[in-house]
Amino acid sequence: MAKITFDGIEVEVEDGTTILQAARKIGGDVVPPAMCFYTPLKGSGGKCRVCLVKVTQGSARDPRPMPKLVASCITPVQDGMVVENTTNEEVLNARKGIVEMLLINHPLDCPVCDQAGECDLQNLSYEHGVSATRYEEPRRTFDRVDLGPYIQLHMTRCILCYRCVYTADQITEKRVHGVLGRGDAAEIGTYIENVIDNDFSGNVIDVCPVGALTDKTWRFKNRVWFTKPLNAHRDCPTCSGKVTLWGRGDTVLRVTARKDEYAEVEEFICNTCRFDKKEMTDWTIEGPRHIDRGSVISANHYELPVVNVPIVPNLPKSTVKKMPTE
Amino acid sequence: MGIKILTEHINVPGIETLEVYRKHGGYRSVEKALKTMTPDEVVEEVKTSGLRGRGGAGFPAGMKWSFLAKPEGVPRYLVCNADESEPGTFKDRVFMEKNPHALIEGMITSSYALGANTSYIYIRGELLFVLRILEKAIAEAYAAGLLGKNILGSGYDLDLHVAPGGGAYICGEETALLESLEGKRGNPRNKPPFPAVKGLFQSPTVVNNVETIASVPWIVNNTGAEYAKIGIGRSTGTKLISASGNINRPGVYEIELGVPVEEFIYSDEYCGGIWKGKQLKAVVPGGSSVPILPADLIMKTAAGEQRLMTYESLSDGGFVSGSMLGSGAFIVFDEDQCIVRNTWNYARFYHHESCGQCSPCREGTGWMERVLHRIEHGHGHQQDIDLLVSVAKQIEGNTICPLGDAAAWPVASAIRHFREEFEWHIKHPQEATAPGAVYRGQLAAATV
Amino acid sequence: MIQNAFKFSDKALAEIQRYISHYPEGRQKSALLPALHVAQAENNGWVSPEAMDAIAEILNIQPIEVYEVATFYTMFNLKPVGKHVLEVCRTGPCCLRGADQMIETFKQKLNIEEGETTADGMFTLKPVECLASCGTGPMLQVRETYYENLDSEEAVDQFIEMMRNKEVETPEWAK
Repeated sequence: MAKITFDGIEVEVEDGTTILQAARKIGGDVVPPAMCFYTPLKGSGGKCRVCLVKVTQGSARDPRPMPKLVASCITPVQDGMVVENTTNEEVLNARKGIVEMLLINHPLDCPVCDQAGECDLQNLSYEHGVSATRYEEPRRTFDRVDLGPYIQLHMTRCILCYRCVYTADQITEKRVHGVLGRGDAAEIGTYIENVIDNDFSGNVIDVCPVGALTDKTWRFKNRVWFTKPLNAHRDCPTCSGKVTLWGRGDTVLRVTARKDEYAEVEEFICNTCRFDKKEMTDWTIEGPRHIDRGSVISANHYELPVVNVPIVPNLPKSTVKKMPTE
Repeated sequence: MGIKILTEHINVPGIETLEVYRKHGGYRSVEKALKTMTPDEVVEEVKTSGLRGRGGAGFPAGMKWSFLAKPEGVPRYLVCNADESEPGTFKDRVFMEKNPHALIEGMITSSYALGANTSYIYIRGELLFVLRILEKAIAEAYAAGLLGKNILGSGYDLDLHVAPGGGAYICGEETALLESLEGKRGNPRNKPPFPAVKGLFQSPTVVNNVETIASVPWIVNNTGAEYAKIGIGRSTGTKLISASGNINRPGVYEIELGVPVEEFIYSDEYCGGIWKGKQLKAVVPGGSSVPILPADLIMKTAAGEQRLMTYESLSDGGFVSGSMLGSGAFIVFDEDQCIVRNTWNYARFYHHESCGQCSPCREGTGWMERVLHRIEHGHGHQQDIDLLVSVAKQIEGNTICPLGDAAAWPVASAIRHFREEFEWHIKHPQEATAPGAVYRGQLAAATV
Repeated sequence: MIQNAFKFSDKALAEIQRYISHYPEGRQKSALLPALHVAQAENNGWVSPEAMDAIAEILNIQPIEVYEVATFYTMFNLKPVGKHVLEVCRTGPCCLRGADQMIETFKQKLNIEEGETTADGMFTLKPVECLASCGTGPMLQVRETYYENLDSEEAVDQFIEMMRNKEVETPEWAK
């Protein structure tokens, strides 16, 4: 076990745990953001650099600070390590700089983007970005392409996190898409028009942190914050069948995997569940899905009205919300 | 004339053949190391020599070797970095082309020291003609029993192969090189783990520059202590310098570390002075990624001391008034050269060569190039200068590999030392974009 | 769609196999870059999708793995090119010795822009970054040969004349 201090908070974790996972164990506002790291995907992380933190003390044995900021998602903890994130000006400035970099080629087309409302980049920019851009050069644009009947690739929005590539590598049998080209001309693609056709291909939509890969069956159907998430399951021969349904009234508009507060899927789901089962009758409804992420959906909880704990006792913790007047 | 460790016989006719190479004392270090020394003894000699990595970073080679993990039953690899791509650097190409056996000898002796039984020379793809030369020499070495099973009856086995790249500067970064050698895109790896623990094919690996490896035979033959006597302080031995730009005698020179910069530029033994009788304006002393220095600061440090061709002297003053020896690519600018244009050219290079994996480098290198392109072509704004400094700072230190720093430093240093020239370009776009126009305002003060 | 049927020659296959033999069992993907060089030499200076698919089959990897790599490295031409691809160095050190002027001269003499091929299919002008020949710039590369010190209009003229009558060089392994 290793004991570390993160933003002044002590936490004990298994040896080999990354700084980011240790911070997640603490939870709350001190957790660094992550745009490319994704726990279920082996080898992911290190690329987007938004999770950079300052290690002011390397370990108890060797207390020297690390000379550069380090990516918390791939740097393992050492016993006695002291890390600064939200308490360190250098870190916050670097992060602001990186958000600016991520945005120079990202279109601000949130009003017409299906990802809006549950977009990691939107949240990140809101927290760390600046409202005006200093970038006045031409921006990189691409045409939209269909990767088969279900998935649309809007490369202009992509931040090259590589998550979809790892997903295809690790949970499908045959990867047909990848990163082509290099530098800022790199793009996700199939090179020769290839259909991504695989039982689990739809998961690339769930792992995408932005609106680069979207579900065509859900395209422009609604805004995520108007839809109600429900946990549901079915007896599926291919996957666990455990999903979140997003709908209005009795209409199922979209099916996704269940994601935790860091937008990481709990279990990958198959394409049949995701794209073909769009009737309430296809599913056994378990109940409302609480969305814990810092997105606008979480501002729209409907499980129960916003409550004052003393009035309605014994509520599940997830439903408790502070009243504005408190 | 200083001592020549690497280039003594380089111009001997036929030195590229095994026969001539051996006639001039070639492969003696293999005999000596394999028959009379243990691998650890070879490592110790290299440590004692103070030999520093010649690819650019200058990390002590012996120490790098001693970090190599040695788990039982796992192969270890030595990989030679012959992906020479840093603008201004061409020493390794010239060396391998002329004297391939010298590198092969270094590979055998070094592989023995590290306990590697398979080693690779990763050479940039553009140099396929050098790859053919190396392969021919390797075939000769196999035939003579210097490679393969039971080398010279010592019981030591080594296979040596050459692998070509495909056109990517980033593959000079050691983990990108390993990825490329595994047939993948040249994306640098996240560290840790370091190659010394998990390198090629997930096995412990040492990656060394051509010149570093080629220095090992002399150290084995003459001892590390003798090598350490050459040079000054922690800059031991000799260094190949690729001299280019506006000089009378461009080429590769082997210098004893410690030669004064002024002597290197003006002596007929080396650069032979600035061409066409012109004035010196600036020098990039260690390859395009190291800071550019104006004439006065390349000759003397800020403290007024004579600048020497050593790791320490060239970096004296940090980035405020110093630079780096880097890979030893000495690029000289005469009075007619435009610093803005050159900075844009370098920025374009790094933009072109960024692998695109991590966001600050992927987006930032392109941003800098576009702003510099605007300034160079008469469309700059005054605030662009501070913007460039700011973007460079946002990249520096925040990337997976050193390419981000390499892209940021030339821009930041050009503005640091030649800010007036940038301002002039922005204030007088018409004058500045006229053919052959160069700002000379800063020249008088800066030239020597 | 134009089909560019592609089949490796026996010599080419042998060369790729030679590279595969340099790597440990199961690491045959390592021979991908050499295989792309071989394919380019066999296919009139460019690598077609069919050639990449053929490589994928030989190395027993997915075609996308070949595309990813081929598009990363700038030596591989992914579209048809002229008989002689003039890879002109445009990087700083060569520019100090007149690379910009050399490239301009080529553009005028050949009447093409960077990246274009002459109407007769003889030349493609491809700007590249530093070729490690800074002491002898301005310079360029055609296949496996460097042509150096092209520092005047006459030198460029002579070079073009010489190339017009030159056959494409045969790589060592194909001889």
